[in-house]
Amino acid sequence: MAIAILIAALAGATVALFFQPRWWFPDAISAHARAYDSQLVITLWVVGCIFVAAQAALAWVVFRYRDRGQQPSAAAGNNTLELLWTSATAVVFLALAFAGQGIWAGVHLAGPDPAALRIETLAKQFAWTYRYAGADGVFGRVDIRQIDDASGNPFGIDSRDPKGRDDITEALLRVPAGRPVELHLKSRDVIHNFFVRELRLKQDVVPGMTIPLRFTAETPGTYEVPCSELCGLGHHQMRSSLVVLPPAEFDEWMREAQQKVAQP
Amino acid sequence: MDARGAAEGRTAVTLFSTDHRVIGKQYIGLALFSVLLGMLLSLVMRFHLVHPDSKVRLFQMLWPDGAPGGQMTPELYLSLMTMHGTIMVFFVLTTAPQSGFGNYFLPLQLGAKDMAFPVLNMLSFWTTALSLVTLLAAFLVEGGAPLSGWTAYPPLSGLGKITGPGQGLGQDLWIVSIALFCAASLMGAINFIVTVIELRAPGMGYFDMPLTCWGWFVTALISLFAFAVLLAGGILLLLDRSAGTSFFIPAGLVVNDQAQTRSGGSPILFQHLFWFFGHPEVYIAILPGMGLISTVLGVFSGKKVFGYKAMAIAMLAIGGLGFVVWGHHMFISGMSPYSSIAFSVLTLAVGVPSAVKTFNWLATLWGGRLRFSAAMHYALGFVSLFITGGITGLVLGQPGLDIYFHDTYFVVAHFHLIMGVAAIFAIFAGLHYWFPKMYGRFLHEGLGKLHFFLTFALVYAVFVPLHFAGFVGNPRRYPDFKEYEFLKTVLPLHIGVTHAAYTLAAVQLLFLGNYFWSKRRGAVAPANPWGADTREWSDD
Repeated sequence: MAIAILIAALAGATVALFFQPRWWFPDAISAHARAYDSQLVITLWVVGCIFVAAQAALAWVVFRYRDRGQQPSAAAGNNTLELLWTSATAVVFLALAFAGQGIWAGVHLAGPDPAALRIETLAKQFAWTYRYAGADGVFGRVDIRQIDDASGNPFGIDSRDPKGRDDITEALLRVPAGRPVELHLKSRDVIHNFFVRELRLKQDVVPGMTIPLRFTAETPGTYEVPCSELCGLGHHQMRSSLVVLPPAEFDEWMREAQQKVAQP
Repeated sequence: MDARGAAEGRTAVTLFSTDHRVIGKQYIGLALFSVLLGMLLSLVMRFHLVHPDSKVRLFQMLWPDGAPGGQMTPELYLSLMTMHGTIMVFFVLTTAPQSGFGNYFLPLQLGAKDMAFPVLNMLSFWTTALSLVTLLAAFLVEGGAPLSGWTAYPPLSGLGKITGPGQGLGQDLWIVSIALFCAASLMGAINFIVTVIELRAPGMGYFDMPLTCWGWFVTALISLFAFAVLLAGGILLLLDRSAGTSFFIPAGLVVNDQAQTRSGGSPILFQHLFWFFGHPEVYIAILPGMGLISTVLGVFSGKKVFGYKAMAIAMLAIGGLGFVVWGHHMFISGMSPYSSIAFSVLTLAVGVPSAVKTFNWLATLWGGRLRFSAAMHYALGFVSLFITGGITGLVLGQPGLDIYFHDTYFVVAHFHLIMGVAAIFAIFAGLHYWFPKMYGRFLHEGLGKLHFFLTFALVYAVFVPLHFAGFVGNPRRYPDFKEYEFLKTVLPLHIGVTHAAYTLAAVQLLFLGNYFWSKRRGAVAPANPWGADTREWSDD
């Protein structure tokens, strides 16, 4: 009796929490993020209805069949019922699985876009660095023996390769609003994770692999990038920022950055 | 032999007993010790999360290197987290429901005199105990306990001290402990499987076994395949650390400014091996509980379990499908995005037999005459928590949606509810239900119900809000939230959760008190106190 009320109360409180506005997603800043949000809202409604129905049914049977001296039923099974609820559940669950593939495909199955701005993203314990190809549009060769964080060469850009001389190395990830961007994620030591909440994107950065991550940010602003895969004692401080600039401002910044590397 | 010598002799006989009942109690004792330790570690972590700058004398006394001046370092926090997870998953959730209750009651319910291999049974308990001692020793060695989490992903776990304190000897001890645990679990699994196949009472077919036996049987089958793979993964990791091999270490690493000479390994390979074990492990923790909950709901409804055969088949389906869904832990790992789609469909498919079990539990209650014993309270609490914890699997099982929630507190909330709290409610139900058989006395019913109501409300208060920290994007495994602007908003939520966690821990004293008091002073129980029809109550 008391337990029926408690189950109903806790389920009700759980549902109520979903209507508080305080702890929720930040605003979406890309088409993918908006598609993500609508798939999530659909899923939450389906999940919410199942949750409420199941907890309510539990509370109700507990209340209804509390001991009032009644004779318990002798029912021990019903194959029609088993078949019915097994197939009904299978239909709902598999429908969710298939409905959810769209946003996954949007992030991971689209081919490379030749017009995308390519940015190499390097993670190490416990910092992020970003490399732009510079005026020639080509990344210079890398030689790990030349890696030197102190002199500003965490990538180990090979000084013998002329194509690397104009490469721009930055601690902030700056991108132009509205233009497709392709990050090439690399790690120098352990596994890290690149996460931008507003883009609804998260990807492990795995040593030994180059993992592409594509997005088009639309809303200018500064967004925090928290490392989201345990990488050691500085994991919680491995912070970076994504800065989305209006295209003209980005071009201006890029021009200045290119001039800076041209006159050392 | 003088009196003292005789007493020591008796102790030795009891300690190294081959009697399945003694071994079952030993496992439960080990799990009880472990769960208290794991809970204390979680309280220290919850405290630190909301008071990251507090200096605590006790911390300095316990961990002079990890908390100089009483100020906890990030590496100490991470090592507590690693140990909390490892202790809870292996020494509580794997140990109590299967090895504890299973050892005690499987032979009794089958009508067997003992397990098939009593000496092997003793060996597997003592190997488990050795494994626990080895794990705890990691606290005492230079550098302290490992900080790479219970998942121990390389290269963080594969390169030694260079990746952080605790990654030296502490990590070695962790791997050895897990390897020992695997060996013990394999011995246990073989024993359970052979017992079920060979020692059923004459005339008892597989589909005549109580659902508890089905739970232990399927769990043993899962353990046999899962722990074998974890053992292999652990050995390969140990070789990478100590023999210079490179199973999991790729070429071209520069760690802590030192270029590494290894090449040819894959960090993702370890994740495949780990989760091939790690996902079935969830079912190792929950299937024995499912069997028990079915029994308890039936007994206290005055009915037979609804859909017995469907329930047994659902367990087999969960056990089978449970082996082909491990990739959902790796959606963002960098593995092929096409395999994510297959893992996603299979993951939602494994939800189907779980839902079938819930339907049958409700149907068991339907039309019954419910007697609200303490055990029945925990069983009903289990069903509620199983729904609450399981349902978020429909969100996380979609790779597209998992992208945002992966490694956030949403996942922490999900697995604590379904794997942790639900399984622990099954343990509480089991202790209340079987205590009269194990000790000849009842656990105090009133105290048990009081403990239930407080614990049930408080686990909701602790774990439901954590989902919302996940909505904000709060990453897990952070020792503090000071570095990020967006995490300032979740601090009040964490403060609330921490206070609920303190209260929840305090409430557990009710259970402990009840347990030790009832063992000696509880009301004497008759032979079949609940009116059950399984064999353990008629045996003796």
